[in-house]
Amino acid sequence: MRKMEENEAELRMRKVGKMEMTKKEDGRTVTQTAAGHIIELTDVVQRFGEKDVLKDITLRVESGEIFGLLGPSGAGKTTIIKIVTGQLRPTEGNAVTNGVPADKMTGKAYRRIGMMMDVPGLYERLSCYDNLKLFARLYAVKEKRIREVLEKVGLLEAARRPVEKLSKGMKGRLALARAVMNEPDILFLDEPTSGLDPATANRIHELILEEQAKGTTVFLTTHNMAEAEKLCRHIALLHEGNIIEYGGPEEICRRYNHKKQILVRLYDGRTMVCPYDRKAGGDKETAEMIRQYLESGMVETIHSTEPSLETVFMELTGKKLC
Amino acid sequence: MKNTGAVFWKQAKDTLKNKTILIQFIMFPMLAVVMEYFMKIEGMPEHFFVKMFSAMYVGMAPLVSMAAVLAEEKEMCTLKILMMSDVKPFEYLLGTGSCIWAACMLGSCVFGLAGEYQGKLFLAFLLIMAVGTAASILIGAAIGTWSRNQMMATSIGVPAMLFFSFLPMLSNFNETIGRIAKVTYSEQVSLLINGLGQRSAGFENIAVLFLNIAAAFGCFALAYRRCGLG
Repeated sequence: MRKMEENEAELRMRKVGKMEMTKKEDGRTVTQTAAGHIIELTDVVQRFGEKDVLKDITLRVESGEIFGLLGPSGAGKTTIIKIVTGQLRPTEGNAVTNGVPADKMTGKAYRRIGMMMDVPGLYERLSCYDNLKLFARLYAVKEKRIREVLEKVGLLEAARRPVEKLSKGMKGRLALARAVMNEPDILFLDEPTSGLDPATANRIHELILEEQAKGTTVFLTTHNMAEAEKLCRHIALLHEGNIIEYGGPEEICRRYNHKKQILVRLYDGRTMVCPYDRKAGGDKETAEMIRQYLESGMVETIHSTEPSLETVFMELTGKKLC
Repeated sequence: MKNTGAVFWKQAKDTLKNKTILIQFIMFPMLAVVMEYFMKIEGMPEHFFVKMFSAMYVGMAPLVSMAAVLAEEKEMCTLKILMMSDVKPFEYLLGTGSCIWAACMLGSCVFGLAGEYQGKLFLAFLLIMAVGTAASILIGAAIGTWSRNQMMATSIGVPAMLFFSFLPMLSNFNETIGRIAKVTYSEQVSLLINGLGQRSAGFENIAVLFLNIAAAFGCFALAYRRCGLG
């Protein structure tokens, strides 16, 4: 059943000319895309002592997309970010970022990426403006860009305020402002909205989408399903050092839609379950049933039964994502 | 050079807002000025407090400041961000070290003025302070590089600072300590300052100073190889 679904997914992707595929061979996960890759991990293994933190990871990220790496704490998300940004040399395999082997990244390569790590890495005593001024000087960026990015993240009014007096959300936004200041090709965001209130998280989402609209590739890690569904074109589900699923968020949900039902909730409180499995030939009957409900004016809501990413993750691992 | 300049600028701004570091640079020069003008004891050598405190200053302020700044940058992950913004380790150390050195030299000027050194003697005094400060900064850099966080830097830095800063004073009271202290840069700074205008620096003074600098550099290189900066 599972194999059939995978073959279907492969066929579907081949048809649209993307040549993307997700294969599993002897428990190994391989994720490939043949389009322009800006980040590539091939057979990456990372061991810390006796512990295998990453187990044979192969992953491709396309240029210009928002890619999400999802997994619970300790799954290996930050380790992958460290590898692709050259902070950590993998035990085995190789990683290429923006055409440069990650473990050989030099200053020039670093100038083309922006990073917002789990720790903001800001100078607490300096003002927001001075924090950015330091990096403007390092990147040889004009000072007017500082005001631009501060305005973009909504911190222009707090420009002269010391970082130690900012809230956690404001610090996050300042770290994001620093990451985008040099207009990078790739933006690495490690749990960018972790612990933030919904309004601030929303603001950060908007900024991420703005950056992507300008052509920046965004590589983000998160354990927030809604965030991944909202932002990412492709996601990879990471569990105990393995990529257990890869694809578009909706596509993954559809792939695990085993129920294939439409739920029609009527004004009288009843919920009608309508199967729609095309292969079983149930479409005509279901269409007729729904048409009748609609004509009678009894329909309050109609929902399909695709699982959420959370449910997919639980189905694959037996565990919750966060 | 651009990166070094940026790090220097950052460090200067940060130092002005960092009271714990700032006090290191201000405390001894202020104490020297106050005690020089208000403490008059019969039989006390001329400019006793300036000479004593300037040697202590060399052993204390640069060492503690450099170790604290480096350890804080490591702990707050700001150093990693700098390294990933194409700042080379030597550029960072040069920028931070030269800022601390400059701050210490401002303090040294205060000592020099309080000690009423003039002309060549003033320059010679500054030169002695400059070399001693450089040795102290290197030791501080080694401690900061070795330390994972500020607590570790404090627990290594404070005994080192006490050793180097109090040794010149203790050697005044105990001959055995004096003989041992001679191999340290802070004692040599003290000897050279006390001998200003009376005798010129001998081979032993210069050799010990530069051997100390070489040893401090060796410690730093070892710490850097083992722990790195990022």
